[in-house]
Amino acid sequence: MKNATPTTTRSKGRDILGTSALRPDGVAKTQGNFAFSSDFQAENMLWGATLRSPHPHARIVSIDPTEAWKIAGVEAIIFADDVPGKPTYGLISSDQPVFARDVVRYMGEPIAAVAADHPETCRRAIAAIKVVYEELPVLSDMDVAIDPATPPIHSDGNVFRHQRIVSGNPDVVGDVVVEGTYDIGMQDQAFLGLEAALAYPDPGGAGVELVVATQWLHEDRKQIADCLALAPDKVRLVLGGVGGAFGAREDISLQVHTCLLALRTGRPVKVQYSREESFFGHVHRHPGRIHLRHHADRSGKLVKIEGWMKLDGGAYASTSAAVLINGITHLQGPYACENALLDAWATRTNNPPCGAMRGFGVVQACFAHEGQMDRLAEALGMSPVEIRLVNAMKTGDKLFTGQIVDSVAPVARCIRETAAIPLPPEPVRQTGSLELPGGSGRTSDPAHIRRGVGWGVSIKNLMYSEGFDDSAEAKCTLADGVATLKFATAEVGQGFVVLAQQIARTVLGVDTVILDTIDTQIGSAGSTSASRQTWMSGGAVDGACRLVRERLFEHVAHIHNLDPLQLAIEGTEIVDTLGPLRVTVAEASAGLRVEQTFVHRHRPTEELDENGQGNCHVAFAFVAHRAVVDVDTDLGLVKVVQIATAQDVGQVLNPLALLGQIEGGIAQGLGLAVMEEIVVNDGIVRNPSFTDYLLPTALDAPDVVAIPIEEYEPLAPLGAKGVGEPPCISVTPAIVAAIRNATGRDIMRTPVRPQDICLPA
Amino acid sequence: MTVHVPTSLDEAVQLLVANPTARLLSGGTDTMVEVNFNRTKPEAVIALRRIPSLREYSIGPDGIVIGAGVPYASMETGPLAQALPALAAAARTVGSPQIRAAGTLGGNLGTCSPAGDGLPVLSALNASINLRSPRGTRTVPFAEFMTGVKRNSRATDEIIESVSVAPTTGFQDYAKVGVRNAMVISVASVCFVHDRNTSSVRVALGAVGPTIIRAREAEDWLAGRVDASKQLPPDGALATEFARLVASAARPIDDHRSTAAYRRHAIEVLARRLYLRSTT
Repeated sequence: MKNATPTTTRSKGRDILGTSALRPDGVAKTQGNFAFSSDFQAENMLWGATLRSPHPHARIVSIDPTEAWKIAGVEAIIFADDVPGKPTYGLISSDQPVFARDVVRYMGEPIAAVAADHPETCRRAIAAIKVVYEELPVLSDMDVAIDPATPPIHSDGNVFRHQRIVSGNPDVVGDVVVEGTYDIGMQDQAFLGLEAALAYPDPGGAGVELVVATQWLHEDRKQIADCLALAPDKVRLVLGGVGGAFGAREDISLQVHTCLLALRTGRPVKVQYSREESFFGHVHRHPGRIHLRHHADRSGKLVKIEGWMKLDGGAYASTSAAVLINGITHLQGPYACENALLDAWATRTNNPPCGAMRGFGVVQACFAHEGQMDRLAEALGMSPVEIRLVNAMKTGDKLFTGQIVDSVAPVARCIRETAAIPLPPEPVRQTGSLELPGGSGRTSDPAHIRRGVGWGVSIKNLMYSEGFDDSAEAKCTLADGVATLKFATAEVGQGFVVLAQQIARTVLGVDTVILDTIDTQIGSAGSTSASRQTWMSGGAVDGACRLVRERLFEHVAHIHNLDPLQLAIEGTEIVDTLGPLRVTVAEASAGLRVEQTFVHRHRPTEELDENGQGNCHVAFAFVAHRAVVDVDTDLGLVKVVQIATAQDVGQVLNPLALLGQIEGGIAQGLGLAVMEEIVVNDGIVRNPSFTDYLLPTALDAPDVVAIPIEEYEPLAPLGAKGVGEPPCISVTPAIVAAIRNATGRDIMRTPVRPQDICLPA
Repeated sequence: MTVHVPTSLDEAVQLLVANPTARLLSGGTDTMVEVNFNRTKPEAVIALRRIPSLREYSIGPDGIVIGAGVPYASMETGPLAQALPALAAAARTVGSPQIRAAGTLGGNLGTCSPAGDGLPVLSALNASINLRSPRGTRTVPFAEFMTGVKRNSRATDEIIESVSVAPTTGFQDYAKVGVRNAMVISVASVCFVHDRNTSSVRVALGAVGPTIIRAREAEDWLAGRVDASKQLPPDGALATEFARLVASAARPIDDHRSTAAYRRHAIEVLARRLYLRSTT
């Protein structure tokens, strides 16, 4: 991305907090030397593979593995009956079978797994297992799922959760009322590092060690141990190199299968998905339909929000219930409004299971509420910026859940600073330019291109919600001037590994910070999701380092007969703030070994009541996006020219890492706006490949001009808000609004397809 | 699986006689996808990349001959791009730079997908395909070469040696619609060749039918209205009617990539634009 704000110059000094310190794994990753979990091998290793249902809904009449067993090299074939512990798993509700036994509920559901001497042997064995199916009617429509007359496709019913919000005076009516129905397609996280794991069985099957790419080692361990009927301490997880996650690694995929095969064969077993299998092996972003009616007074101030939201969770629960709560509680957007009447459902269907993805329900909500804000602006003759400024939320406002926003809430500032970013130059006026819509296809003639500008502003909760006891643990050891950090925080690409080092350097005055293996040999760090690790694991590392510093100061104070409270870290030295003592941390810690562990917890939250009232969220972050697009209105092709953004980030801890999150999130939000969609017809996935599931290329990526709104967040341990999710949320509605602006068409769904722009509706 | 690596075309032809079911491999950009998805399981492979003559091209007064193993990267710039701008435009839309370094025109012809980017260009250029077998060399016009979706008239003992194109004078271009600005499979494409030497305009359509489609009716209609030995008139109404006729030749389908209605519409838009581009 060209012309990005130059906030990334590296400081010449020490790599402490606030500098663009480089990631310890950066060089290895750029040079191709970094070991991702798919790169692990073991001696005497077997390969594993999964047999999956080709049908979205079918009864399993019979399974016959006879022919598969005849294939030389096959060492194990396992089915539902071979699961020694709990037959099901799940993050919130344990409703998903490790292997389907009687019925399959989505295309790609696992039925069996095979271990063999070679991936090709596995493939043949999988193909040789004879499964007789009796196809069942496919439930693929959310409204049919919600209808109580529809027979349940699972004993837990066809609705994962229904939530209502009744707030303030639901009978009030505004001077101006606008309404709209918004559709959101199914997006895939499309991480590049495919699912992969390697399991080592303990002798006698007493336990198992699993090297795996995941987002949350301890939650995986709990679910794996339950299914294996092993005590949690007999299941040890080590983080394999993770090539992106975006929510898709929160649920179990190959973990239990891999462990079972290793325990069954007594040999290390590796399972690795292909890109096609990956599309079936993990959950996706919920597709949804949202209907909203916004009431405002003549000044544009919101009076009431009414409507409903339906998210399709697919066949199994995953995190649908939590995604739904995030969705409905964010339907008001970053705008003050206390009156609301809303219903939301998360449905079970025979579509692919959906769960966590960057933005977690808020992406869908934002697409709808931002469409509504533009409709209000139009009805009132206001500009998109005016309507948003009139309603911009601020610290102290009450949400329609009754919760007071006590986070830093610079919404108006985000909007104003975004608006102040210069617009890009006029469209390129040269036929065949790669910068025109259509890119390398050279389809566009400049005469047919119209430029549009659109806005999106969002609010996103940080951390887990609704009473979840969320914690992160870290251990810091200081010896001979070197700090070693231990935590179970999944590094999935977000850069916690560099942040942790920066924290230790800053707090302890050391330069060398060693990172211990990321595994389950320490307490949970929680999930790398919900924009929470900088706050949670950052708080834990900071806490552990501070405890170590206290011990170090006590040690130095004792030697020099000083009060430890007089001591402070200055650069790499310990200084007496009231006297002449000045000693390097390396010297002071020579021969010393100090080890401290710290657990960070955020303040408690509570569940929503039946009217959707309650302090269910911890904190919030805000962002504004302005999109400029060029549209070939005849062909319906779009080039996103520029995204301007000002993001509420709290304290900036690493400007380069921040910009990486902003640019990456914008690319992902752009994908949802104009190309990324898993096409599903009656439960059948039509495009499980990167040939047909399109991700933005360099030629699709816009110039990004980003301004961090840096206001210290007192609620956060380091004053920093999570920055991972906000960049991808309001950029999607901003781009779609820009397309509406360019074309004059009421486009109500995302991603926007060429035919939505240039053919009659 | 046996892999044969001949270093001359004669050797390759003999190997194919000895291994009639062998898979001919050029850049591998189609074959390896099929292998990885288990759609094909070749027992023998004859790799053609070490045959120098296949990787050569010549540009002369009698025409242009492009070896089947010339990669797209060699068509994007340089003498081939100057001689055949439409082929260069098509080559630039093929996959990523890595794919263009490997993929070849011979592979495009061997696979014969209606979405193959090189094929509409060969069709509109009235290219001939030169096939080598133990029986000698056979030359087939493109129109008779591609017979259906991934089907062609290559005999099992024939190897695609090269493509011949007669010299043309005049505007030529290729435009392709995909739902991404690069690295995308064609949803609809048009190649437009105005050849003053033969006083003709030739238009070929990709990804909107089982084969590459020549818009013959539109070509004939235009021939009756313009003097194609000269620059075409910048007549908007003429372009509109021409484009409508071009689109009527398309036989598109609905699938997960697009709809038939959009594909037909896109062909019409592209045909009109390419016509008007040719007049400036």
